[in-house]
Amino acid sequence: MTTLRRDFLKAGGALVVGFPLRGLLYGQERGSVAGPPDPKQVDTWLAIHADNTATVYIGFAELGQGASTALLQVAAEELDMDMSQIKTVRLDTNVTPNQGGTYSSAAIARGGPQVRTAAAEARAALVRMASQKLNAPAEQLRVARGVVSVAGDPNRSVKYGDLLGDRPFHLAFTGSAPVKPPSEYKIVGTSIPRNEVPDKVSGKYTYMQHVRVAGMLHGRVARPRGQGAYGVGAKVLAVDEASIRDIPGARVLRRGDFLCVVAENEWDAVRAAQQLKVTWDNTPSLPGTDRLYQQMRASQTKDRVVVERGDVTAAIKQAAHSVAHTYHCPYQAHAPFGPNCAIAQVTADSALVMCSTQDVYGTRNTLSRVLNLPVSKIRVQYYEGSGTYGHSCYDDVAQSAALASQLAGAPVRVQFMRWDELGWDNYGPAHVGEVRAAIDANGKLIAYAYDGWHHNWSAVETAAQLAGTPAAEWNAGAAQQVNPLSCGGMYDIANVRLVNHQLPGKEYLKGAWLRSPLDLSFAFASEQTIDELAGLAGIEPYEFRRRNIKDARWLGVLDAVAKAADFTSKRRKGPRDRARVVSGRGIGLGTHLTSYGAAVAEVDVEKETGRVIIRRLFGAIDCGLAVNPGFIENQISGQLAQTASRMLHEEVTFNTTNVTSLDWNSYPILRFEECPEVHATVVQRLNERSTGAGEEVMAAAAGAIANAFFDATGERMREFPMTPKRVLAALGRA
Amino acid sequence: MAGELKIRVNERVWNVAASPDTPLLYVLSNELMLRGPRFGCGLAQCGSCSVLVNGVETRSCVTPVSAVAGKSVTTLEGLPAWYASQRRLSKAPELHPVQQAMIDEQAVQCGYCFNGMIVKASELLSKNPHPTDAQIRTAMNGHLCRCGAYPRIVKAIQRAAQNMLAEAAR
Repeated sequence: MTTLRRDFLKAGGALVVGFPLRGLLYGQERGSVAGPPDPKQVDTWLAIHADNTATVYIGFAELGQGASTALLQVAAEELDMDMSQIKTVRLDTNVTPNQGGTYSSAAIARGGPQVRTAAAEARAALVRMASQKLNAPAEQLRVARGVVSVAGDPNRSVKYGDLLGDRPFHLAFTGSAPVKPPSEYKIVGTSIPRNEVPDKVSGKYTYMQHVRVAGMLHGRVARPRGQGAYGVGAKVLAVDEASIRDIPGARVLRRGDFLCVVAENEWDAVRAAQQLKVTWDNTPSLPGTDRLYQQMRASQTKDRVVVERGDVTAAIKQAAHSVAHTYHCPYQAHAPFGPNCAIAQVTADSALVMCSTQDVYGTRNTLSRVLNLPVSKIRVQYYEGSGTYGHSCYDDVAQSAALASQLAGAPVRVQFMRWDELGWDNYGPAHVGEVRAAIDANGKLIAYAYDGWHHNWSAVETAAQLAGTPAAEWNAGAAQQVNPLSCGGMYDIANVRLVNHQLPGKEYLKGAWLRSPLDLSFAFASEQTIDELAGLAGIEPYEFRRRNIKDARWLGVLDAVAKAADFTSKRRKGPRDRARVVSGRGIGLGTHLTSYGAAVAEVDVEKETGRVIIRRLFGAIDCGLAVNPGFIENQISGQLAQTASRMLHEEVTFNTTNVTSLDWNSYPILRFEECPEVHATVVQRLNERSTGAGEEVMAAAAGAIANAFFDATGERMREFPMTPKRVLAALGRA
Repeated sequence: MAGELKIRVNERVWNVAASPDTPLLYVLSNELMLRGPRFGCGLAQCGSCSVLVNGVETRSCVTPVSAVAGKSVTTLEGLPAWYASQRRLSKAPELHPVQQAMIDEQAVQCGYCFNGMIVKASELLSKNPHPTDAQIRTAMNGHLCRCGAYPRIVKAIQRAAQNMLAEAAR
């Protein structure tokens, strides 16, 4: 405890004159200084108010996954407060700590321990204060609902709010305070409802798309319909500003090839952006969807061996059985249901940008470069948009609004149109996978090789690129590489070789992380390979996997899904040849960078139409300590439905100049009538650290769906989405 | 002429400043500052902007504001009162039973599509108080959800139907 705190306590809790200004005003001051606030201070993480409530400052975005409730559960648990006594605030670079972005399912995995230890440290400090106040040793004190009392003498008690109400802790966050053992958890591990849901169903919730500020103009970007190659961007040859002269107040803003129209009325901005005549350089820059995979295999690549163990080639030569196949996996879009939106208020020496970024601090950095302002002059605030599922156009629209505001000299709200969002997305990259794997005579996996071709993520947003920043790619990160976990990593195999072939990203579409990045593609290829080997070994797919896995947690999640789906029961298969509709079931494993995922799929295939109907999907996850199992069940349900959508329908299409999948007809997603029944299982492990749960069942589900298709038809799909045309071709009926 | 057009939204009459060809959505969002109907595609493909016009689910993103003159528009915000008037209840509940059921089932993920989901489901239950799962899916098929919340939405609509039937029997 600081000297200050002791002086304060000696004064019996009365406000002490000479309390430093920063301390007194901390509540009000928070927000006036550019962040991030010092993570080494407890005050950065939470505040105790006079009404015996607490505010927890959290650096993770609510994306509809429940992070804002679950992290409060963690804090309430350690503070011994009730959920009704605790709240959080909007993410804001002037207010909330920098915990890194809300991606890679990190909110609970990384944020949970930070919030837990900060709350534990705060509780320890509060108990020390209470100990002096109540004149009782800390060991004799108990806390419930934020009230500290003496064990066996409940009349001697004091509220947190009376100990500290709205004054700062002034306490270093050392991370050394002991945390509760999981066996004592009362709030963590329970499925309480999400705190923001009532406002979301009643129309009271403020999505980014609802925010308005005084004196604001409405803006819409003017771009070609659908992007070309990332390295090319889009080049303006001519702009005919007279073409929107009949729309009152509409005007064109331009920096380089960045074009935006603004107007006082939103509909005028929408009309003007569509009406504005722009001549774009239309030089072909893309292979077109039909030649994509051919070009991917022909490109010069940067190759990297991700894993090398034993000698795959020698092992395959000696194997009893081996398989080798190539798989083709498309670009897919984030396709947020509501296109991204942002408001920027940029002056000569400051900027306030409101947007739906997954990372307010990361967005602030890129805005600094786009606006040529120091980061300390830029404030970024987060407002939830519609589910983003990775790097959709939230940064692009934030930069567009910022550029437009700087050019217009007024606050500007930019909302993307449907074709902007689908046409200028950072797509989940296309992928080609070649798998070779082998078993010995006993059905033991002995060799596994995966060669994957895809490009890295694009680092420069379209708005910045059009305004003059050259295209660049992200350095290779784990999520952009052939993933050892989804590519055979769950199996015990002596000889393994995984090779990443990085394509020249500037010659392809813009790319970035899309929920469970690349893993659906990896598992589609890998888990079908495993199934084929099971078939060659004459062992049931579930049993084959059990025999080839050593890791107890992979076995646990596999068994959990098999049990939920009753996968072990014997079935009598009907005659496949004469039936018009054939049915099958499949099992799959996979994950992203942490956690353990397993899935079972049951599908019907209409042989005459080529239509695949996914009847039921089962998903199971082991993500260590599940802070709120109910949220995770909801996440699994969503992951299963979204995987069904991605496996059956989703494919970004393009010709040699532009992306052509620009609306919900040309980029169809799963609808109500075809949505499978979904079943979620959470394997609770109270004593294991929490790991991600927002995306880790999708790869498994992709593998299970592909394997169910084979079980139904006796044919393998080597490419998705599994559209009727491709299915008919696989069945030899095209 | 701007300013002459009047529309009735949630049983209140509003003067519209926007030109008559402006899609209703932009008037609801920018003049009435309503947060229920919201932009999703502007093409009537997704259901994000849905409202009830004389009790019929309508895509406000492609409906000119002039087309609803003389009609009654109900948005997400007005559903409890609309329900009360349909059921001849003396007082509007805080939430329409469909809204309450979406909370009870924790059906929401990001929730952006829930405006359309709730408006459409309310319309469905006003016509068919006891739909089968298949009827729900068919009725809702024009409403998209990127989060894949469909299964829980179906459950919530079933729950709302049961609660509404139980209430009517009281």
